[in-house]
Amino acid sequence: MKRTGNTDLSGPWDVLVLGGGNAGLCAAITARQTGATVLVLESAPRDFRGGNSRHTRNLRTMHPRADGILTGPYLEDEFWDDLWRVTGGKTNEALARLTIRGSADFGEWMPRHGVRFQPPLGGTLHLGRTNAFFLGGGKALVNAYYRAAEALGAKVAYGAEVMDLDVRDGEFSAAVVSFRGAIESVPARAVVAASGGFEANIPWLKESWGEVAENFIVRGTPYNQGRVLRALLDRGAKQVGDARQCHAVAVDGRAPKFDGGIVTRVDCVPFGVVVNQNGERFYDEGEDFWPKRYAIWGRLVAQQPGQIGYVIIDSKPLGRFMPTVFPPVVAGSIRELAVALRLDPQAVEATVSSFNASVRPGAFDPASLDDCRTQGLQPPKSHWAVAIDRPPYHGYSLRPGITFTYLGVGVDDRARILMADGGPSANLFAAGEIMAGNILGQGYLAGLGMTIGTVFGRIAGREAAMLAARRPVAVREVASDGIH
Amino acid sequence: MASTDWVKEAERVMTICNACRYCEGHCAVFPAMELRLSFPEQDLRYLANLCHGCGSCFHHCQYAPPHEFNVNVPRVFDAVRRETYARHAWPAFLAPLFDRNALATGIATAFSCVVFVVAGTALAGPPALRAHLGPGAFYEVVPHGVMVVLFGLSFAYSILALAMACRAFWRESGEPGHRPSLAAHGRASWDSARLRYLDGGGDGCTYPDERPSMSRRWFHHFTFYGFLLCFAATCVAALYDWFGRPAPYPWWSPPVVLGSAGGIGLLVGTIGLLALKAKSDEAPNPRMGMDVSFLLLLLLTSATGFLVLFFRATPAMGILLLVHLGVVMGLFLTLPYGKFIHGLFRYAALARYAIERAKAPAAGPPEG
Repeated sequence: MKRTGNTDLSGPWDVLVLGGGNAGLCAAITARQTGATVLVLESAPRDFRGGNSRHTRNLRTMHPRADGILTGPYLEDEFWDDLWRVTGGKTNEALARLTIRGSADFGEWMPRHGVRFQPPLGGTLHLGRTNAFFLGGGKALVNAYYRAAEALGAKVAYGAEVMDLDVRDGEFSAAVVSFRGAIESVPARAVVAASGGFEANIPWLKESWGEVAENFIVRGTPYNQGRVLRALLDRGAKQVGDARQCHAVAVDGRAPKFDGGIVTRVDCVPFGVVVNQNGERFYDEGEDFWPKRYAIWGRLVAQQPGQIGYVIIDSKPLGRFMPTVFPPVVAGSIRELAVALRLDPQAVEATVSSFNASVRPGAFDPASLDDCRTQGLQPPKSHWAVAIDRPPYHGYSLRPGITFTYLGVGVDDRARILMADGGPSANLFAAGEIMAGNILGQGYLAGLGMTIGTVFGRIAGREAAMLAARRPVAVREVASDGIH
Repeated sequence: MASTDWVKEAERVMTICNACRYCEGHCAVFPAMELRLSFPEQDLRYLANLCHGCGSCFHHCQYAPPHEFNVNVPRVFDAVRRETYARHAWPAFLAPLFDRNALATGIATAFSCVVFVVAGTALAGPPALRAHLGPGAFYEVVPHGVMVVLFGLSFAYSILALAMACRAFWRESGEPGHRPSLAAHGRASWDSARLRYLDGGGDGCTYPDERPSMSRRWFHHFTFYGFLLCFAATCVAALYDWFGRPAPYPWWSPPVVLGSAGGIGLLVGTIGLLALKAKSDEAPNPRMGMDVSFLLLLLLTSATGFLVLFFRATPAMGILLLVHLGVVMGLFLTLPYGKFIHGLFRYAALARYAIERAKAPAAGPPEG
């Protein structure tokens, strides 16, 4: 089997796609179908291709009825309401509705290009109506799209990192690409930026978060360095989204620095207490159902000293939450557990015993917002508060795990990148996470990132190909200072 | 505690998979895994034998090597299966036959052929090398009674050894305290007969490379049903013989028609599987001598059978018949100590899966 693309980069290409994840591949397939010559520049080697799409497993689609995979209808208004709610209104309604409507044909378009669906995974039944799950997960989707794109004649270069873009007055002429130890200029008539965010770029994260970003874990690909995003912003693209914001969940403190993906999550927070390095609680662990709350715990932990937290449960809830990839720290007493977690045993014992003393009797029910809560405790635990008293005790360390960043470039409804001065660029398009901030200004909606990527990838691919068909290449020398 | 390094590795890998679960649509292994929070050795051996080695979960795994988690389910389960075959070999002292299986199978078959040819020509004398025609011609080469005793005994031994191995496997890795119900047998038979879990949950398994394909499933069907047809041909021929119609039989007779159809199935199936294997991605599907030697033995059985059929009216018949009988004897004797056992252990694992699934809770634990 061929393990690397043996692609000659020299163009000019009609459409140059920067990034070979879901959005880029949708763009490549659509542009190629429209008749354009297409080169996909993927910064990762073949084994790690696909960006963070590799770690996904579903996308959200608007659909009128149940279909054997999806368990019921999900119409535009409900989709829009969900999006409005999670973003608190920080969304561009025109683009959001374009995305929602554009998702209506996924059930037909995606299988045509090799993607297969399956019923929701065990433990994800709450998404079974709104989200379509990929058989085999995101890497299976990515593999299918690469096969489809290459079968259509798109070329793919792996290990091809875009260092800079030659853009003048909103007009793109060439990408500066590091490929096989050399720097090459790759000219194209149009370009689709689908290179994701900058969540793997720790120095950039430090600009917003300071030194604490050193303790962040990046859940996804290490290849999302944000170079294309940086180049676009530096060359005058309009910025959307807050550079200081990122989506972060609490992950196991032992997770690898990069690419740990789904398995590093720890889902037992609602069943126990979470303490910081000083052995003190800092937030209501039972505020709401875990699927609605897990996304805030990354930030909560990031705000604690040392950017670390520790969840402590007893043996009662075992089997009620998804199994963890790393074994828990187990001890016969709270004191021993605290020592094993390298916490102050007296502080942890005091925290747990005051928690236990404040638990009011109630009917424990993990399926509802039950009446098991604390009284007179700060911060309170509002639901599922049950005394932690049945050994053995289990503990996990928690770290902030970054999933994605919100900063991006502004686009219009044709996926054209908007320039800071207001107008659309001449031949620059964007799709996927790099422009998701237009629609998801804050918050999180499961599967929406892949929806945006699929809708805007196809729009960008089509628009870029149509533009390229009537446009000469902008010929000019690559600026000598073009490499950053 | 895990008794081998591969079992330890299987436990490590299943712990990662159970926190991920993206592959649960591919086959039965992952839904069975989700019924568990920990993985004792007997369960890992069950899961390993439930695995058809289709490769989908490898090619679709975000943690496959070179990722540091180094998850390769088909590879580790392949190794655990092989250990499990040897672990339950009967009698136990023959377990090492699984270690160098291609060599053992090859030597056994070659030896069997040599014995048949040498003893056959020596004992039968000149008749072995003459052209024979008409009813009873085969028995001029090898007397009827000798054939019945030799093949009856070896076949009975194989059945016994296979049954003992299955019993041991079920005792260790079957459903504790259960014999499969009729419904479980029905489910397992239907899943086996269709090779349901070689469809990858959709378009086929990722074999020989990462593209989903049904080719392996089809070639396995040719092989398996070819084998069954040949077996049926043998049974029908035995009945004919019992009622006083000795072989050879005419072209259009049920034994020859069944045998020829089965033989063609075996030729197409085994050659197809060998060809796929030759170009298969070795990371999830290591090319093991055990697989190749069993396929070659089936191929030889069919090919030598056709040679006997085509040349039965010539002086070559005697030698060809002796070679064919030698190959079949080699096949019979090595059945309990080679790849054939996979079908029985797979069936047992599917039966356990049917039992587990019938009493499983509807949904897994909640998750964020």
